Amino acid sequence: MARRYSMVAAFAGLVVAIQVATYLAGAPYHLTQLTMTAYYSLLIVGLCMLIGYAGQISLGHAGFFAIGGYVSAFLTTHDLAAHKGLRLVALLQKAGMLLERSDLYGGSHLVVHPWLACAAAVLLAVVIAYVVGGPVLKLRGHYLAMATLGFGIIIYRVALGTELLGAADGISEVPGFPLPFGLIISGNASVRVSNYYLAWGLVILGMVLLLNLIQSRVGRALSAVHGAEDAAGAIGIPTARYKLNTFVLSAAFASVAGVFLTHYNGGIGPSEASVMKSVRYVAIVAIGGMANLWGALLMSLVLNYLSLRGYFGTFDDAVFGVILILIMLFAPDGLLRRHILADLKRLASGGASDEEAA
Amino acid sequence: MAGVTYGTIYAIVAIGFNIIYNATGIINFAQGEFVMLGGMTAVTLSRFVPLPVAILGAVVLTTIVGAVIEIVFIRWLHRPSVLRMVIITIGISILIREIALHVWGESVRSLPYFTGTSVTSIRLGGVYISPQVLWAVGVGAVAVALLSAFFNLTMLGRQMRACSANRDAARLCGINAGNMVTLSFMISAAIGAIGGCVVCPITYVHYDSGTPLAIKGFTVAILGGLGNSTAAVGAGMILGILESFSIWVLPAAYKEAISIAILLLILFVRPSGIFGSAEAARLKEF
Amino acid sequence: MTILSVRRVSKRFGGLQAVSDLSFDVARGSIKALIGPNGAGKTTLFNLISGFLPPDSGEIYFGGAPVHDLPSHQIASRGMVRTFQHIRLFPKMTVLENIMVGRHVHSRAGFLAGMLNLPFTWREERRIREKGQEIMELLGIAEHAHTEAASLAYGQQRVVEIGRALACEPRLLLLDEPAAGLNMRETIGMGGLIGKIRDMGITVLLVEHDMSLVMGISDEIVVLSFGQKIAEDRPLAIQKNREVIRVYLGDDA
Repeated sequence: MARRYSMVAAFAGLVVAIQVATYLAGAPYHLTQLTMTAYYSLLIVGLCMLIGYAGQISLGHAGFFAIGGYVSAFLTTHDLAAHKGLRLVALLQKAGMLLERSDLYGGSHLVVHPWLACAAAVLLAVVIAYVVGGPVLKLRGHYLAMATLGFGIIIYRVALGTELLGAADGISEVPGFPLPFGLIISGNASVRVSNYYLAWGLVILGMVLLLNLIQSRVGRALSAVHGAEDAAGAIGIPTARYKLNTFVLSAAFASVAGVFLTHYNGGIGPSEASVMKSVRYVAIVAIGGMANLWGALLMSLVLNYLSLRGYFGTFDDAVFGVILILIMLFAPDGLLRRHILADLKRLASGGASDEEAA
Repeated sequence: MAGVTYGTIYAIVAIGFNIIYNATGIINFAQGEFVMLGGMTAVTLSRFVPLPVAILGAVVLTTIVGAVIEIVFIRWLHRPSVLRMVIITIGISILIREIALHVWGESVRSLPYFTGTSVTSIRLGGVYISPQVLWAVGVGAVAVALLSAFFNLTMLGRQMRACSANRDAARLCGINAGNMVTLSFMISAAIGAIGGCVVCPITYVHYDSGTPLAIKGFTVAILGGLGNSTAAVGAGMILGILESFSIWVLPAAYKEAISIAILLLILFVRPSGIFGSAEAARLKEF
Repeated sequence: MTILSVRRVSKRFGGLQAVSDLSFDVARGSIKALIGPNGAGKTTLFNLISGFLPPDSGEIYFGGAPVHDLPSHQIASRGMVRTFQHIRLFPKMTVLENIMVGRHVHSRAGFLAGMLNLPFTWREERRIREKGQEIMELLGIAEHAHTEAASLAYGQQRVVEIGRALACEPRLLLLDEPAAGLNMRETIGMGGLIGKIRDMGITVLLVEHDMSLVMGISDEIVVLSFGQKIAEDRPLAIQKNREVIRVYLGDDA
């Protein structure tokens, strides 16, 4: 247990060190991409739990991210003034769950409070994950991959084809997300540093929850289901329910990430739901070592940052395609496997003894 | 009649899935990319050479790509897991798509109609049909007939079937199983490219048109029962026509979402397909 | 007193009648063995009883309640636990962890409690670990507690698998060919272990090919041939049964 939290502390230290480095280098604008990276990382560690620990692939997780982002964006921008007559709208207004907002042209809008929007978005993602996950997780191998891919494409097509969701343009002018103590999740440069810490704080919280889970009775059961499903059933583990719960949990992580990144960016577009995004998330989990939360997190930090800063240029998607192929061809257990680290240590110590001999 | 054209291309993609699935047990997620590649190459070549030569060239080139993919990425893997193969072929499909994007850009392209123009129509039993639809259906039918003859009548075709039935036993009989797999990728790529060329004048081609085709082709392959190419033709028509009717009910933008929802329903309710037997499906490694 | 009652159970695979109209009872606290030539339907019967396959017809009662339409994990949580002919340990887990998983039905920390690391889960974890330790000591494998289970010798892996089943505190333990792949000395040890398990108050139903083991430890034996029961009796009587001899040695005997 001590080891579990010492890694968390070390990672928190890294987060602080990166912020200090950008400050010293006089390049605080890097924090913007690093903050976005944090939200993608939240999705990725959740997906890592599903793929690496429960052994179920999902090629549709960008769909859950988009459900979170779109629902929250829609509710916090769609003007309800025309629907004031509806009992639900009146009820929400009475409960203080609606806000008056003025737009760029001075017009006034009546919109849903971000907190309620967030709750609705995550709730919807969780419900959809339950409904879809039940039958989907009965499938295996190719069928599971194809079904989750199909789910992702449906979400993408619906986002792209629905006028109410802005079609190809998506939804913009999404307000910031107010938090207690005067904090706000927003891409405004004046709150850049606080947003960087908020985002990574959320990732660290997510990591602690997942690390606890892995070390618990549930984590042991998941590992058993992944290792030998029939044997797990034979000692009383409800395998289908455990897979489903993990699927829903990872969908919840993805939707939370979608909600906050949308409020941070001030908008969301259909590309967030695209197949390439889903594949990219799987690629990062794979390169991190599948059943390795820390590996996935570090790879997510590096690759998302490089991608968002535009280092891969027009080859952005191609880079992730090549990574995926190379990893699966040469190191299907991932790059950051424990034993590779052990090999390096042995190599290092072996090198040291050679020097002593010399 | 658009439904029939789309149905043909879905059936062709499904047959491509089946050929590789039968030879290797792998679902090649890059199957739709062969169609895109065939169409794109033919469009480019047709600017320099006559149409028939351009199509032939596109098919040959795509076939070579199929062979290269198998030799470089698949051949030397020893009993890879399903998950690994899924991810590798997805990676390959991304790679092909990105290369296409850099070569051809984002523009939508098309071949000229093989006979006549987009407004020509032939009267057939009371309905007017574009000749290109007849081309698509005709070529699709010929391809299925030829494949069926190949697998049932020729020595090579029988050897390929032997490999899919029992790889180790086939090897003991002196069949080079590795080459048979390469061959299956080549046939699969070739038939995809042919399909890409004949429907291109009607459906157009775009660097990103492979993935939706792959998914719908997979839907059709499942609908017909994985591995069963004759049934895939019927299933392709069903999906193509259902899809074209869905426009009457829902906005066209949701067309693709509908056909994928159909896929999900089939997977949930009857993964062995409409024509396949549930008993046989249970024996297959999903 | 009957703990397991199989009543007129049938199962067909395509053209093959794997189990046909089969009935027998297992008395509480006894050791009962299922024997028969290859293909007699023993493993199918095991799969039917443990909920891995649904029977086409017939009923199975465990502790008086019907279990033939329950999924395997629910049957296990009611106290009927099985092992596998081909050992199914959890790879990448140590011996202790494998056995700790067996405590699943006797602990309750769920997803939320696990993620929040609630104090009650600490106590629960400690109890699970202690129980695992206790079982390893009982089986004499405590020294391997932190070894990866899959790296143990075959015979020891079998013991670990049984240990994992015992961690469930079953009332009825189903052993599918517990001596398969074991050498003579290990087989004798396995016989001793099964006796010990019975003495703990756990009823045992086993499928086994090794006749010396079956005859030595069983209270009663059911003989299957082509999915049908041809005899059910005490070991000595089975050895003298003409029908059984004919099935095992052929018509000429």
